[in-house]
Amino acid sequence: MSEDEARLSTRKRVTVPKTYKLYVGGSFARSESGRVVAVADADGTFRANAAKASRKDLRDAVAAARKAFDGWSGASAHNRGQVLFRVAEMLEGTRDRFTSEVAATEGLSATEAERAVDTAVDRMFWYAGWTDKLGVLRGGVGQVAGPYTVHSTPEPVGVVGVVAPRRSSLLGLVSVLAPVLAAGNSAVVLVDTELAVPAVSLCETLATSDVPGGVVNVLTGDPAELVSRLASHSDVDALDPSGADESLRGELEETAAGSVKRVLDAPLVEPDWSTAPGTRRLRAFTELKTVWHPIGE
Amino acid sequence: MADSPSSSPPSTGPPGELAEATRDEAALTRFLRGLPGIDAVGLEQRATALAGRAVKGEAKLRAIDRAVGMVDLTTLEGADNASKVRALASKARTPDSRFPDVPRVAALCVYPDLVTEAVTALRGSGVGVASVATAFPSGRSTPRAKLAEVELAVESGADEVDMVIDRGAFLAGEYGRVFDEIEQVRAACGPAHLKVILETGELGGYDNVWRASWLALLAGADFVKTSTGKVSPAATLPVTHVLLRAVREWRDRTGQSRGVKPAGGIRTTKDAIRYLVAVREVAGPDWLTPELFRFGASGLLNDLLMQRETQLHGHYSGPDQVTVDL
Amino acid sequence: MTEPDPNPLEYAPALESATVAALRERYRPFIGGEFTDGSGAVFSSVNPATGETLAEITGSAESDVDRAVNAAEDAFRSHWGSISGTDRAKYLFRIARLLQERSRELGVLETLDTGKPVRQATEFDLPNAAAWFLHYAGWADKLDHAGFGPSPAPLGVTGQVVPSNFPLLLLAQRIAPALACGSTVVVKPSERTPLSALVFGEICEQAGLPSGTVNILPGDSGTGASLLTHRGVRHAVFTGSTEVGERVRRDLAGRGKRVTSELGGNGVNIVFADAAPEEAVRGVVEGAFFNQGRVRCAGSRLLVEESAAEEFVARLRDRMAELRVGDPMDRNTDVGSLGSTAEVERISELVERGVAEGASRWTVPATLPQRGDFMAPTLLTDVQQSMSVARTEVFGPVLSVLTFRTAREAVTKADNTPYGLAAGVWSEKGSRALWTARGLRTGVVWANTFHRFDPTAPFGGRGESGNGHVGGAAGLEAYLDV
Repeated sequence: MSEDEARLSTRKRVTVPKTYKLYVGGSFARSESGRVVAVADADGTFRANAAKASRKDLRDAVAAARKAFDGWSGASAHNRGQVLFRVAEMLEGTRDRFTSEVAATEGLSATEAERAVDTAVDRMFWYAGWTDKLGVLRGGVGQVAGPYTVHSTPEPVGVVGVVAPRRSSLLGLVSVLAPVLAAGNSAVVLVDTELAVPAVSLCETLATSDVPGGVVNVLTGDPAELVSRLASHSDVDALDPSGADESLRGELEETAAGSVKRVLDAPLVEPDWSTAPGTRRLRAFTELKTVWHPIGE
Repeated sequence: MADSPSSSPPSTGPPGELAEATRDEAALTRFLRGLPGIDAVGLEQRATALAGRAVKGEAKLRAIDRAVGMVDLTTLEGADNASKVRALASKARTPDSRFPDVPRVAALCVYPDLVTEAVTALRGSGVGVASVATAFPSGRSTPRAKLAEVELAVESGADEVDMVIDRGAFLAGEYGRVFDEIEQVRAACGPAHLKVILETGELGGYDNVWRASWLALLAGADFVKTSTGKVSPAATLPVTHVLLRAVREWRDRTGQSRGVKPAGGIRTTKDAIRYLVAVREVAGPDWLTPELFRFGASGLLNDLLMQRETQLHGHYSGPDQVTVDL
Repeated sequence: MTEPDPNPLEYAPALESATVAALRERYRPFIGGEFTDGSGAVFSSVNPATGETLAEITGSAESDVDRAVNAAEDAFRSHWGSISGTDRAKYLFRIARLLQERSRELGVLETLDTGKPVRQATEFDLPNAAAWFLHYAGWADKLDHAGFGPSPAPLGVTGQVVPSNFPLLLLAQRIAPALACGSTVVVKPSERTPLSALVFGEICEQAGLPSGTVNILPGDSGTGASLLTHRGVRHAVFTGSTEVGERVRRDLAGRGKRVTSELGGNGVNIVFADAAPEEAVRGVVEGAFFNQGRVRCAGSRLLVEESAAEEFVARLRDRMAELRVGDPMDRNTDVGSLGSTAEVERISELVERGVAEGASRWTVPATLPQRGDFMAPTLLTDVQQSMSVARTEVFGPVLSVLTFRTAREAVTKADNTPYGLAAGVWSEKGSRALWTARGLRTGVVWANTFHRFDPTAPFGGRGESGNGHVGGAAGLEAYLDV
């Protein structure tokens, strides 16, 4: 071994940094504002400059979500299930990477992070299986007093604005996003830049798992700055304020009153995301359509 | 019948676009199948809703008299004979001897072999004589036998002929055959008026009743009639609505007025008034005349007479105040 | 025998007797199981068809709202929230039976107070109100099987504001599921039509319902606002216009309450050329003019396929001309009185604006009664999607006609509204009717029928027509902590 070779082998490898962009309409892009926020791991190490979304980015994201809605909601439930199962598969395949990102972001031990990631994979898997069972959960047949066949079927609400949880970077995000998608909605998700690393990785998973572009749009930035815009946007049909501060909730509900948006009755304090979720979120983001038809000879 | 009924002789065939429908069997089939549908539930709802219209007081009395004048007093039993026909003829002329202002009924409806008797008994009364024909009530015989029966009735002096359609052929989709038969009977009727009995209870649904009505009108029927009275269900309000719609649309499209006769199962004044409401609302007030609307009934007349007395004198009448029809 | 009769077959007035309604001179709030004088201003309820004052009502003040909510909270904690489902079921059943027994009285009372045709009140409003209690009586002891998991807990006190178009029926639709779930209720009927609700208090008494379980507060919108925002109310239910509904939601923001609402609508009937014409005409007429058009889910817009439009509109006119407009107490009346003079003025203005914007107006040639808030059914043709009459909620007897060429265009035009309550589709082609039904962004679609309601069938709005459902298991959700 020459001296040069020895020096090379002991030197720490210089890594290729990743750029953390917004995920809008199926593409990764910088914020149109050019703003970034320095993101550090829980131990304070600088990780990256994540994009800080602007109001214009929000507008673009809502437009992308609206554009994607017809295709996603119009796809068969079977088809949507297949796509979400694929997301679970892809998460499973990259769980080591997610584990290290979650550990670094949230300052968890490897075991704790692993548990969170495993639960996130299982949650995505669980919701994927719901797509073609919402009719059982929400729908039904009205046994009306008259010569009519009456059936109620669930339909997605539309574009759902989500303020992602802060307490749990990946599991929290999957827990709020999966039910929105399983019910056939498209989503615009606001993620605090501090949690950008696993969030952007999840977007990469979605982008490579047959989730059509625009169905999920993730804006990293300062949710407090954008949330009222989300609530007042008349093309947003429902709101999940899970990660919004208690101080914002009143204003948010008031703003949402303008277009009679559905606002998920989310607890003021974030729940323990590892507990079984139940069907509340699926119900909250579906509408019911009752169709009557006479029965006559 | 004394009064000249429909003003336009149907023997000239349907005008314009409708003539095209009768060009050949294929055209007829296309036309009948192409008719807009009828929604059974919606139809029945409207019939029920209209049945709730109230006709009271003076208006009710006038409605009763109107209904009496529309009755085709009917006897179609195997045991019918000359004496029964004479008894009914007397009642047809003067339904209630205590009240001479009660109008006479529209016609007396009998089997062909009793037409002569009826004509004799009703001469000069203004009451028409109607005869069932064409192997009533089943319609199952040869065309020759059916036509012979029509000729018998007409030669015996019947003013009106109530024929039955071949339901078997209709349900088999042989519309041309049904059409030809009606057309031939129409021709055999000469000056007599033709009522075409669809026997709606055997047609299986309102869409078929609707098609059969149009078929009969296209073939020259002066009246479409629901039933023979020998099959259940006979006349119902919704089925009569369908017939009334058909004659209304026929007039809208051709300018010709054709009539409707529900028969069977109409027994009470309340029923009769509901039918009159249907006539007024579905076909139009113009149809509230015996030229264009008849009740085929036997028991109805007595109930009308009893209700009339109640309206006039404020006390309920009893069955012995009116005559038994035996 | 055949001389022409100038007036064949008149429908003589078949008048229902006002005495059946057993009107009292004064009605009072029902709080904590008893009728007590409210501390609010005394107001009167007027028969809109005659302008006559029917009765005086002592209104509810802030302190009455307090008392009522406290009574409801007490009843919830001490009794109603914890008794067995079977017992709750029996109380609901009793209420249903009492409503059936007193249905003629209540029907006539409803007619006097609202101006709606008495035949409708007795044959639609009342039987349905009873049916709602019967249906939900059956749910009270089967909540475990309603699809929300085991032992779903009731929310607590629900505060409800009920509008004036179906005072008793809408009250039943909202109270029955609440009681079935174990919630207790404070309800504020419309100040214009409070009478049937107050008699309902009497029915609660007769049913032996534990005191405080149902409380009824007559009063104005101020009473309604203080009720819905009251700290003791866990769940606020509002039914009314979208405008007021949005204001209510803003008032309630950040208070940690559940809010459900049934708001405005701008319903549409889509008629394809192949529709059964007579039934479609009937459905469109009923859709637009049932309850004088004072229905949130009224089909106030007609979208008819261009190729069939002329003939269909002609039929529509004929049928509309048959509508009998007038005295609501006459059993032959199809269209009664609107709720107030202001309502007549508002709708007339809307129609005039439509005409100014280019629509053609045709009005049923009816002789309207001299007194009262009547308006003849009106048809507006040549209406364009952009006109105000096609965009706003009419809530009155006005039907706007627009045309379309393809099913896709029909759906696009129908959905081009912030509302989303109800729609009708008329076509004899099943697959097309269902395709259209699927595309429509509404909570209910009536295919080849209109205005059908049943306690087993969920009904609720989308978009700005509100949230939450009444009917079926879905109707329980709002009252449960699930």
